[in-house]
Amino acid sequence: MDKLIIGRYIPGNSLVHRMDPRSKLLAMFAFVLIIFLANDVVGYGILTVFTFLGVALSRISISYFLKGLRPMLGLILFTVIFQMLFTTGGDVLFQIWLIKITTYSVQNAAYIFMRFVLIIFMSTLLTLTTPPLTLADGIETGLAPLKKIKVPVHEIGLMLSISLRFIPTLMDDTTMIMNAQKARGMDFGEGNLVQKVKSVIPILIPLFVSSFRRADDLAIAMESRGYQGGDGRSKYRILKWQRFDTLLLLSLVAVAAALIAWNRLK
Amino acid sequence: MQKILEIKNLTYKYDEESDVYVVNDVSFAISRGEWVSIIGRNGSGKSTTARLIDGLMAAESGEIVIDGETLTEENVWQLRQKIGMVFQNPDNQFVGSTVEDDVAFGMENQGVSRDEMVERVELALRRVNMQDFKTKEPARLSGGQKQRVAIAGIVALRPDIIILDEATSMLDPKGRLAIINVVREIKEQYGLTVISITHDLDEATLSDQIIVMKDGKIEQIARPDELFLNDNLTEIGLDVPFSSNVARELRQNGVQIPEKYYTESELADFLWQSILTK
Repeated sequence: MDKLIIGRYIPGNSLVHRMDPRSKLLAMFAFVLIIFLANDVVGYGILTVFTFLGVALSRISISYFLKGLRPMLGLILFTVIFQMLFTTGGDVLFQIWLIKITTYSVQNAAYIFMRFVLIIFMSTLLTLTTPPLTLADGIETGLAPLKKIKVPVHEIGLMLSISLRFIPTLMDDTTMIMNAQKARGMDFGEGNLVQKVKSVIPILIPLFVSSFRRADDLAIAMESRGYQGGDGRSKYRILKWQRFDTLLLLSLVAVAAALIAWNRLK
Repeated sequence: MQKILEIKNLTYKYDEESDVYVVNDVSFAISRGEWVSIIGRNGSGKSTTARLIDGLMAAESGEIVIDGETLTEENVWQLRQKIGMVFQNPDNQFVGSTVEDDVAFGMENQGVSRDEMVERVELALRRVNMQDFKTKEPARLSGGQKQRVAIAGIVALRPDIIILDEATSMLDPKGRLAIINVVREIKEQYGLTVISITHDLDEATLSDQIIVMKDGKIEQIARPDELFLNDNLTEIGLDVPFSSNVARELRQNGVQIPEKYYTESELADFLWQSILTK
């Protein structure tokens, strides 16, 4: 299951690793919004530089980021091709029957492509450098104001951290069940669509049942260790906001300001 | 000796309508500092008894007295702090996303201050020899290592009683031995009481007392040397210890060995002596 990079964490001790998850999360959201401000080469140039600066600072090999891109590749190509085919205007570069490729459509497709790549790189950077529990902690404290309107913030945080912790375990389960079913003569990915969907059932049901069992065991183990819900708990992990966190948010504001200024200037 | 745990006429059934009691009129008492094994076949009610003791399920009738206090719905959380449980499946009881988080989980629940938690996590991990794995995730650990972390999580909580609910049954012989040794050391150091539910002979021979359960009832309570003299061990869900097997084979082949239970080293000593005196 080495292919799956979503939610994976690569231990390290770089500047990005040591940052507060709250600032990283906030930056991630801000970045997604800022990306929509860019609409030309200069805009995307600034954001690309910013992204790769982050990647370089994390000291994680670029191959991990490319791996993170891989599962999304189909979706990206799909969107890019549609952009290419359905954007009108500009000089015609190439035409067969109804299909027209124009300078505009190429440009638009390139921008969409960059948008995807940058967002995926940034989110991969977030998950690769932040341990899942820290991330869940970040989300929990980030959501803390919502407690006032009775959002069960602690429960959301706990569910999140448990889900993240169980991803590799359930992956192993899936592989094991698949191999067990293969050993009994099951063919995965063969036949037509209906047969393919049907062949998923012998994986899905055992996986569900084993998840129920795991959940039951976990709940009992948690209760036996005195878990009574969020009230009156202390925290082992503490989040520390450092200078670099402020710096990151300020730099994002600067990037946003630069992009807005550039858009006005044009 | 002071009784740390007393169970009187405990009764429980899963299905209200059914007549089948999983735990049927079970009574026993355990002294402070004892190592007690509960053995029996699958479905004999061992694990259910353990869960009833920890208050994870409510008994239909009967009384559980922990350290002089009767378990009720009001004091269950407080009494539960005196008991640490290690369960069978190392994966399913690992709550934290790293080793240190998991050890800290129980203390977080009790609202222990952070400084003390850091100290206790360190200490507990050193105790089970897992200090180098502090920041590792469960997916990177072996089954035995995960069980050691589970024990560390309990050591950090400093309970009076540790219940091992088949905690070694999913481990290989080496990991099993390592876990038993760790628990034994911790028991000696902190003066704990250990209740071990097990199918494993080595674990059972270690104990001061063995409680044999069958069909929800207590069949026998005995010391290991009394119990292992029995001929019907396999019937109650236990294997015959290696030394007993050897002794029986030797007896059948005409070697004069008195009818008593020998540990492996005792048997070896006896054989050495019998050769010398011949």
